[in-house]
Amino acid sequence: MTRTQGFLRFLWDFVIGDDWRIALAVTSALLLTLVLSNNGATSWWLLPLVVAATLSASVWGAGRKQT
Amino acid sequence: MTGTQIGLVASVFIACTVEAIEALTIVLAVGTTRSWRSAMIGVGVALAVLAVVTAALGPALTALPINVLRAVIGGLLLTFGLQWLRKAILRASGLKALHDEAAAFAKETELAQAAGILDAGFDGYSFLVSFKGVLLEGLEVVFIALTFGSNQKDVPLAAAAALAAVLAVACAGFALKAPLARVPENTLKFVVGVMLTSFGLFWGGEGVHADWPGGDTALLVLIPAVALFAIGMSAGMRRRLGDPDRLRGAVGV
Repeated sequence: MTRTQGFLRFLWDFVIGDDWRIALAVTSALLLTLVLSNNGATSWWLLPLVVAATLSASVWGAGRKQT
Repeated sequence: MTGTQIGLVASVFIACTVEAIEALTIVLAVGTTRSWRSAMIGVGVALAVLAVVTAALGPALTALPINVLRAVIGGLLLTFGLQWLRKAILRASGLKALHDEAAAFAKETELAQAAGILDAGFDGYSFLVSFKGVLLEGLEVVFIALTFGSNQKDVPLAAAAALAAVLAVACAGFALKAPLARVPENTLKFVVGVMLTSFGLFWGGEGVHADWPGGDTALLVLIPAVALFAIGMSAGMRRRLGDPDRLRGAVGV
């Protein structure tokens, strides 16, 4: 593994971690919240909802693989 | 000191304690088995690199517009927090082996002894392993202190909490000359996951113009709510999976 590859691997592990879907869900939820906020809608509820759903799905998926 | 400042200090201190324990375990393993002098040079060089990185990143972060900073940092904290919580829940439910500093110390010691016979002078292996361990864990400490500090507009307080955590762990570790196996690291990681997720939710939401009910006091609801949700998930997974020993360490995460 070259130094560049090693650094990219470190960055991926550091920022994205074990489940890339978590980073994708967080980014999407932030963007959607911004759209809702800028259109005058109440938007605070979206992030907690996405967090609960994403964490449940990620943990549940890891458990399902083993059962 | 206000409630927000106490929350800032507690969050940074606990998170940095976890990172410092991981770095200390590596340094102690190579120092004890190979060369203290070379290991400590590795620690010194890594700290110098960290100082340069901090000096470069600090002003850049504080110069950004506050909402952009909150959205980006909140998103990153939320991602980290959810990853930590995921691992903590998997460990608590028996799907992932508990992180054991004593085992990590034994593994590093074995690797150090297998790396070859020592010369009397400078030991490159001890230097590199210490340097890498302190630099990587130190980057996480710097990141935590800068992001929490920038968001609360109190970088000096966050930096002081981070420094206190590192010094406390270093003093305890070198006094004992052993890995801090008695520190309940998995419990600390669970707490850090809850704090990172809660602060990430709050700051990320504020960064994208979400108005939290109750303003800043929403954080006092978010932290226990996230903790209860994670504890509930751990309990639910344990009940669903039944015998944890059958599955322990089975998930490669």
